[in-house]
Amino acid sequence: MRFELTPRTNISPVMRAVAPVVAFITAFLIAGFVIWLMGRSPIAAFDVYVLQPLSDPWSLQELVVKATPLALIAIGLSYCFRANLWNIGAEGQYTMGAIFGSWLALNTHGTDAGLWVLPLMLLLSILGGALYGLIPAFLKTRFGVNEILTSLMLVYVAQQILDYLARGPWRDPKGFNFPQSVTFDPAATLPSILEESRVHYGAIFALVAILVTAVILGRTLFGYRLKLTGDAPRAAQFAGFSARSTTLAVFAISGGLAGLAGIVEVSGQIGQIQPSISNNYGFTAITVAFLGRLNPVGILIASLVVALTFIGGENAQILLKLPLDLTQAFQGILLMCVLAADAMVSYRIRFATRGGGK
Amino acid sequence: MFSGKVFGALAGAAVLALSAGGAVAQPKDKIKVGFIYVGPVGDHGWSYQHDQGRQAIEKAFPGKVTTTFVESVPEADSERAIEQLARTGHDLIFTTSFGFMEPTLKVAKKYPNIKFEHATGFKRAPNLATYAAKFHEGRYIIGQIAGKMTKTDTIGYVGAFPIPEVIAGINAFYLGAQSVNPDVKIKIVFANTWYDPAKEGDAAKALLDQGVDVLAQHTDSPAPIQAAEARGKFGFGQASDMERFAPKAQLTAIVDNWSDYYVARTKAVLDGTWKSEDTWGGLDSKMVVMTPYKNMPDDVKKLAEETEAAIRSGKLNPFKCPIIGQDGKEIECKGNGALSDEQVLGMNFYVKGIEDKIPQ
Amino acid sequence: MTTFEAILLTIVTASTPLLIAALGELVTERSGVLNLGVEGMMAMGAACSFAAAVTFDSTVLGVAAGMLAGALMAALFALLVLGFAANQTGSGLALTILGLGLSGLVGAPFVGARRDPVPPVDIPGLSDIPVIGRLFFEQDLFVYASITLTILVALYLVRTRSGLTLRSIGENHTSANALGLPVWRVRFWAILFGGACAGLAGAYLALVYTRFWSPGMTAGRGWIALALVVFAAWRPGWVLVGAYIFGAATVLQLHAQAAQFGVPSQLLSAVPYLATILALLLLSIRHGRAIGAPGSLGVPFVPDR
Repeated sequence: MRFELTPRTNISPVMRAVAPVVAFITAFLIAGFVIWLMGRSPIAAFDVYVLQPLSDPWSLQELVVKATPLALIAIGLSYCFRANLWNIGAEGQYTMGAIFGSWLALNTHGTDAGLWVLPLMLLLSILGGALYGLIPAFLKTRFGVNEILTSLMLVYVAQQILDYLARGPWRDPKGFNFPQSVTFDPAATLPSILEESRVHYGAIFALVAILVTAVILGRTLFGYRLKLTGDAPRAAQFAGFSARSTTLAVFAISGGLAGLAGIVEVSGQIGQIQPSISNNYGFTAITVAFLGRLNPVGILIASLVVALTFIGGENAQILLKLPLDLTQAFQGILLMCVLAADAMVSYRIRFATRGGGK
Repeated sequence: MFSGKVFGALAGAAVLALSAGGAVAQPKDKIKVGFIYVGPVGDHGWSYQHDQGRQAIEKAFPGKVTTTFVESVPEADSERAIEQLARTGHDLIFTTSFGFMEPTLKVAKKYPNIKFEHATGFKRAPNLATYAAKFHEGRYIIGQIAGKMTKTDTIGYVGAFPIPEVIAGINAFYLGAQSVNPDVKIKIVFANTWYDPAKEGDAAKALLDQGVDVLAQHTDSPAPIQAAEARGKFGFGQASDMERFAPKAQLTAIVDNWSDYYVARTKAVLDGTWKSEDTWGGLDSKMVVMTPYKNMPDDVKKLAEETEAAIRSGKLNPFKCPIIGQDGKEIECKGNGALSDEQVLGMNFYVKGIEDKIPQ
Repeated sequence: MTTFEAILLTIVTASTPLLIAALGELVTERSGVLNLGVEGMMAMGAACSFAAAVTFDSTVLGVAAGMLAGALMAALFALLVLGFAANQTGSGLALTILGLGLSGLVGAPFVGARRDPVPPVDIPGLSDIPVIGRLFFEQDLFVYASITLTILVALYLVRTRSGLTLRSIGENHTSANALGLPVWRVRFWAILFGGACAGLAGAYLALVYTRFWSPGMTAGRGWIALALVVFAAWRPGWVLVGAYIFGAATVLQLHAQAAQFGVPSQLLSAVPYLATILALLLLSIRHGRAIGAPGSLGVPFVPDR
């Protein structure tokens, strides 16, 4: 017995919409089975993982806080992935954006520099992330070096640079030599949207980025060009679209957005530079981009779902004493189910007995 | 993953002036105690030892205290986990890494009726205490042992990061060695990680390859001492007793023992006597414990035991003045006959005799 | 043993897990499938091999369990990318996430356990040759296995009919299919081989290199293995060279510190990665674009009809 795959010619929008839901249910069933194997109640787990965080205003706010960097990075990555370019190094671009933006924050620290600091910090972070993203893009277009690997290697390099800055030149001189910078001034701090809430303006940036992307992809020539470059590179060439400039553009966009996420997190959440400023957001956002099937609305939902798995995972540790590894395994299963469901929408799959070719 | 565990409970230096009277403490019958760990409980080092302390609480108060932990909490994203513990009815919350300092402070302000304890930091509040251990006391003892045991007069040190806690440990280790062996040289490698067994092992091998025959480590896994064992050289256990990983190589181990402290603080909450304090425990309070001295001649063992007793009784301070810096100048003595706590906790210089430079 | 010999010995052992995992991935990629899940398969290999070795007190069973675990993870990946023609990049990442999580669940009961060292195999006579004697003839069995594996993979790809089939499928699966070559079957076994190798590399880490298990102990080595395949332009001999260069960069930066050069340790830690980028760049400049990359790499195979 073996698989037979046939591409489906006309895919109904209903199927496209239902597929991820089916995938989610499947993933939950698998995870529930694993939890049952561990001798725990799957129903209690579902309650703690999903229902409780979604029924409590505090958790809902935390959901938005956690989803913000993921959505910002993932929406940028969707440009790359649509064009079949594999930027795996968003974590590095995030770090570099945070470094560029923080440079201004630390250099204006203690001065009476006014309202211009924060906007300039944001711009600098976009610049930093974009420039760092352009390194693998340039190496690819100019020398044909594989972008997956260079972008990944550059993550480790960026982390070492941040480590050096936090422990060396940017260390707070009054901080007893602990590896952290001074706390940013109010002028360099991204404000919360509401008083007494941790939800900050980064969430708005993420929404804007998603909306703009939806318009670009749906309504502009550039969007069409991305799609064509990804789906049919030769056709894109015939249409006069230069693969080189597409590559540079998408890496700059995704790097810039990752860089913005970096400063948003440092300035809106952490409030200072320290050796670790990310919870693997750059890598997790790749999952988010795929879960959202590179579609802007999908990414919005996916970022909230992934944020939910993190918050639910913490809940499960606290309330049910379920290990953290289970959360990670679940994220893997969820992504696999979504990818499989997607494939089932695109292809008709049937089992054929040996020899029964058609 | 980076874990910024740095011990630093700066005596009064940076206590937040939030002296407005907290809620009057009441004795309680049943409480919940929560822990935030920076690493996985299975790291067999830092977080593992804190978890041993958590289990000690469960044993000490059966039926009265339940405990919870959240592991591998990234420092940059820890506020939510801490607040979630506060929101789920925990009465006492321990956050066990330096990087949790600001988030713990923020949550503590928001929940004035819950007691918080932050390991290795220096910011306090009426409901936020700090605690840390004087590991450098143990490092002075192992320095003396190393100075006696080395045949090549070259001892080695695998450090995690060049932060004050590690630098103070290196200095104490070297001062100990120098006190019994004036010719001794030290070679230092920073692995730039708290926890990557293979890389820590490589760092240890690099030192052994360069003629080191007694090895100390300030990273969390047993890999360095295991490398010493494989080469027939000596080493010291870190954080926990590593004898079963290196039965022939382990001379002794410096054990982080949080159990007594955690049990005492839990009892204080049960009794209603909990106060925000700064605890910096050493050998005398058993927060730092040396495992039995083994694999060494009797005279070295005797020396180690005497030194341990002297430190415990307060007769000996590893950083007693005068301390000479690398440039040959004496370091200003701000404490009482020894460097002050602030000077030790913020240490960023090597003592005379160490030829390396602190990487910046 | 001189310092020089000792350093070389350390480099060889540090490089061996990278070499084994990269060889497996190389075969997978030559068949036209990109599996980014090496890190996850390696983590599972490490956890399962250690669990089995401790439970049955047998290194041999441990190694077998590690390879089996890697292969099973790979089979899951094969189901996704062959069975469902799912996106290979996404599936590989999912495999990594899943493997890291699952390995934590498998390994948790074995924290704190340890294994005795696997004794080096001493080939009498040969190991007494100065310098190279110790280096080549007094290693643990895995080191010999990794070098043998390199030769076998090279011979298989170039000299055997089956290897030729695998390469043609990797170059162009559409025409290979038209010629009647079994695209799915060959790819399935190539993916499984890659998984078994990653599992073996994980077993080496847990059973020989550290001899204890701890969460996340692969620490990114799976990703390095992936980089090595590209660095080597998909040729087994160059994988060996690349693995040893990377291992050397890692080990030598530690020696540079011990020798008190006074360079920031962060810079030294970044050297292996910068060196990889530089090597990739130089290779690309010399050989022109997309050197040796299998033509169908990463493209889902769906037969036209």
